[in-house]
Amino acid sequence: MNKNFKKKILILFAVLVLAVFLGIAKGAVNIPLSQIFLEESRPILYLRLLRVLLAVIVGSGLAVSGTVLQAVLRNPLAEPYLLGTSSGAGLGAVGGIVLGLSAVYIPIAAFLGAIFSFILVYNLAKEGNKVPVQSLILGGVIISITLSGIMVFLIYISDNDALHGAMWWLWGSMQVYNAVLIYAVGAVVLAGIFALYMLSQDLNAISIGEEEAMHLGINTETAKKISFLLTSVITACIVSICGIIGFVGLVIPHIMRLVVGPDHRLLLPASCLAAASFMIICDTLSRSLIAPMEIPIGVITALIGAPVFIVLLKAKQRIR
Amino acid sequence: MKTETLLKVNGISGGYGEEAIIRDISFSIGRGEFLGIIGPNGSGKSTLLRLLSRVLTPQKGYVELEGSDAARMRLKEFCRKVAFVPQDITINFSFTVWEIALMGRIPHLGRLELETKKDFAVTENALSLTDAFHLKEKYIDNLSAGERQRVIIAKALAQEPILLFLDEPTSHLDIGYQIQILDLLKSLNRENSLTIVMVLHDLNLASEYCTRLILLDKGVIFKEGDASEVLTYENIEAVYKTVVLVNKNPLSLRPYVTVVSGENRCKRS
Repeated sequence: MNKNFKKKILILFAVLVLAVFLGIAKGAVNIPLSQIFLEESRPILYLRLLRVLLAVIVGSGLAVSGTVLQAVLRNPLAEPYLLGTSSGAGLGAVGGIVLGLSAVYIPIAAFLGAIFSFILVYNLAKEGNKVPVQSLILGGVIISITLSGIMVFLIYISDNDALHGAMWWLWGSMQVYNAVLIYAVGAVVLAGIFALYMLSQDLNAISIGEEEAMHLGINTETAKKISFLLTSVITACIVSICGIIGFVGLVIPHIMRLVVGPDHRLLLPASCLAAASFMIICDTLSRSLIAPMEIPIGVITALIGAPVFIVLLKAKQRIR
Repeated sequence: MKTETLLKVNGISGGYGEEAIIRDISFSIGRGEFLGIIGPNGSGKSTLLRLLSRVLTPQKGYVELEGSDAARMRLKEFCRKVAFVPQDITINFSFTVWEIALMGRIPHLGRLELETKKDFAVTENALSLTDAFHLKEKYIDNLSAGERQRVIIAKALAQEPILLFLDEPTSHLDIGYQIQILDLLKSLNRENSLTIVMVLHDLNLASEYCTRLILLDKGVIFKEGDASEVLTYENIEAVYKTVVLVNKNPLSLRPYVTVVSGENRCKRS
């Protein structure tokens, strides 16, 4: 394993702690850090802590899912939404709004939509008891396009509420103040991340080839199926409360591969920590840059993530 | 002298899906053998190797490794005894040579168990054997084809196998690298008493290096024996549907196959 891995993980951890403080200190209302812990700012502190917690959950869940899918599909362009969960969630949410469900049930409708679309993609790709990755990627694309089409149709024939729902879904939103929902999603994401970490050695082997992994004693098909299921459940949970938050799940894994290397025993925790910090910073910017308005979180993740990635990529090329 | 049987193949049939590419093949491999599997394209060489190495499950028949049914062994246990070297592998991620070779220890490790000093020592030794230790800090995607193949063989050796399968390990390499790799395998076979089963396209390389040959045709064994029994012009012409001359390599006195082009075939007749 990487020689400096303890140092690197410690640094990433320190960055996360700093990010948490930044997330608590900054916001629409300007309160100095010295006063935020006082009695009278309790409610604001509570809300900000919820946002920070949500950012940690969303960031780490998406980054770990992205890392795992990139390894299992052996495709550097893989991202958490590839297997259709996002369009399923979008359709579920918009469908729920059109049917007049109360706002409380919309995340549940979105979650069911996401799981439904994953089951569809999975069964489309399945041949006997094997799941060829190319078919899975194609299936994901086809199902996504179909479900998005149905969603656009629903928006077209209905009123503004549905459009609003779709906007939420498309741009992503961290404005979730339902603590129970955040805890529930957090528990699922945490359990999923731990379970995926158990597979890290399998992921190393599979990323050099499926047959290669079998020759190393890895039960490739089982590892693949568990990975697809867990990443989809994690992504479905996140997308059903926050919509699509792009870029994190695609680029953080790549950045961390440049920083700590491709060994998943190190890469998964590193991606987890880095993405959590990244999301906290992005979320803080989104609510404080032009306060009291919020910039959509997806805009921030793209505008910050892309330049960071390009700088790192160029630096690495020079080193080699 | 009768050698001890390491792998016994009992009437296996198999292929992809319903189709049987290999049909009812039986043979056995003795400990310390260097067995070559040859045959035309589509004769089932690679499929046979996949059936023997548990990538494919036989539709019929079974394989015994050291007397016990291979399919009933735990996959990790099987992979502690049997390693596999493919033709070439493409790796999308920037693993270093050291990280790749160390993966050969996976069958010996439990889930989430970290490598110990012993695993590092075995891996170092494997890389030294294939003359790839000096590459250990390099990225696998920056190596030449010959260097990469030596690293892949080192990964297989790090598994500490008693049986090594190779599927056309030299077909992407130039003649210099081909000989280098095959010499390496020969010395592993002799000095480390590693049993080797190799699919080869090149009949002359098979003739030079293998102690025994199996000639496959249309999923069955056409001929089995040492090079002089298998590599006769009658056998080759029957299976490959082309005219050849078979002489002797002047140094090794093993059969040497010379191809005959269409033009020369006409001149003669």
